[in-house]
Amino acid sequence: MEYIELIIATIFVNNILLAQFLGNCPFLGTSKKMETAAGMGMAVIFVLVMAGVMTWIIYEWLLVPYKLEFLRTIAFILVIASLVQFVEMFLKKSIPALYAGLGIFLPLITTNCAVFGVCVLNIDKEYNFLQSLVASFGYAAGFGLALVLFAGVRERILLARVPKPLQDTSIALVTAGIFSLSFYAFRGMV
Amino acid sequence: MAKSLVAEFTKGLWKEVPPFRLVLGLCPTLGVTTSMKNGIGMGLATTFVLVCSNILVALLRKVIPSKVRIACFIIIIATFVIVVEQLMQAYAYTLFIDLGVFIPLIVVNCIVLGRAEAFASKNGVVFSTADGLGIGIGYTCALAVLGAIRELLGTGGLKGDVFGLLPYSFPNLFGASFEPFGFAVQAPGAFVALGLMLCAMNLIPSK
Repeated sequence: MEYIELIIATIFVNNILLAQFLGNCPFLGTSKKMETAAGMGMAVIFVLVMAGVMTWIIYEWLLVPYKLEFLRTIAFILVIASLVQFVEMFLKKSIPALYAGLGIFLPLITTNCAVFGVCVLNIDKEYNFLQSLVASFGYAAGFGLALVLFAGVRERILLARVPKPLQDTSIALVTAGIFSLSFYAFRGMV
Repeated sequence: MAKSLVAEFTKGLWKEVPPFRLVLGLCPTLGVTTSMKNGIGMGLATTFVLVCSNILVALLRKVIPSKVRIACFIIIIATFVIVVEQLMQAYAYTLFIDLGVFIPLIVVNCIVLGRAEAFASKNGVVFSTADGLGIGIGYTCALAVLGAIRELLGTGGLKGDVFGLLPYSFPNLFGASFEPFGFAVQAPGAFVALGLMLCAMNLIPSK
């Protein structure tokens, strides 16, 4: 029950894009087309779950016993960067179809602050191993959900006549605000 | 020489203000600007990392092999982020708690890596320092303005300090009958406020 609650909380209530403000650069950058949004969402789910688990293990089993907690930032970014590289190589060799599908989104994930942010949040909230696994998945799924929904809306905006100064990023941000407002309705659920 | 140095510094203040003109570094822009105080604190912390990493990258630009340069830049940036984290824990603890996860997140702020890659790895130390300072101060101003607008609408006044120094307090700027607009300091308000600010910047023609 506790884990179902955690999943609902991370996907809807504390949605990483709309409530926590992490990963907004890819949110605006890759949401112009539905296809790219879906690709980015899949790639984030894939990497974020692995990164969340890996960084938790490194932090609890390596940094804490040796009292090196202050090195967290540098350790996590190295883990994420090498993990992305490794996943890329592995997929290229063994699952070429998935690799072709994720394409350019994999390397971009290294600098996606959603990945790094969730790893830090897991530690800050003192989750245990299973909780951080579930939370990582929930946050990533919330990211994918918001991204795909938002891409659908943005494709429609292209057809609308928007005043010139509001065009492109500006109208996208205002739309994201309304989106965020609708996700607000989930507050109080958990 | 002197003139172009000034040009490198001032371009960050208006022509290339990171969150508005380049649309980079949005996460902290949206996340921490619930008040002017947090905006300034975040901006100054980022400026520190930006200037230090620009200087070190510029110093080492001939030593770093170009194949592994991105990894090297990230390690340099992460080192300075740790320095900022430790300093803020020691001297500005409440601000450190308020900014929370966004302080370690400076390491993945596209502005810092972007300046290292686009400018510091190709230019000398003096120019890179000017560039880092200019972009950093421009970023701080942008965060402070956005934070001030949201705080004004959300609470009706401005209150806070800059790293424990320079306290300021302007309560009830709109008069006592003003009903605070709570939407502005909450998550949806961040997106809408930034979107409308971008719109306002677009209305002003850039030379």
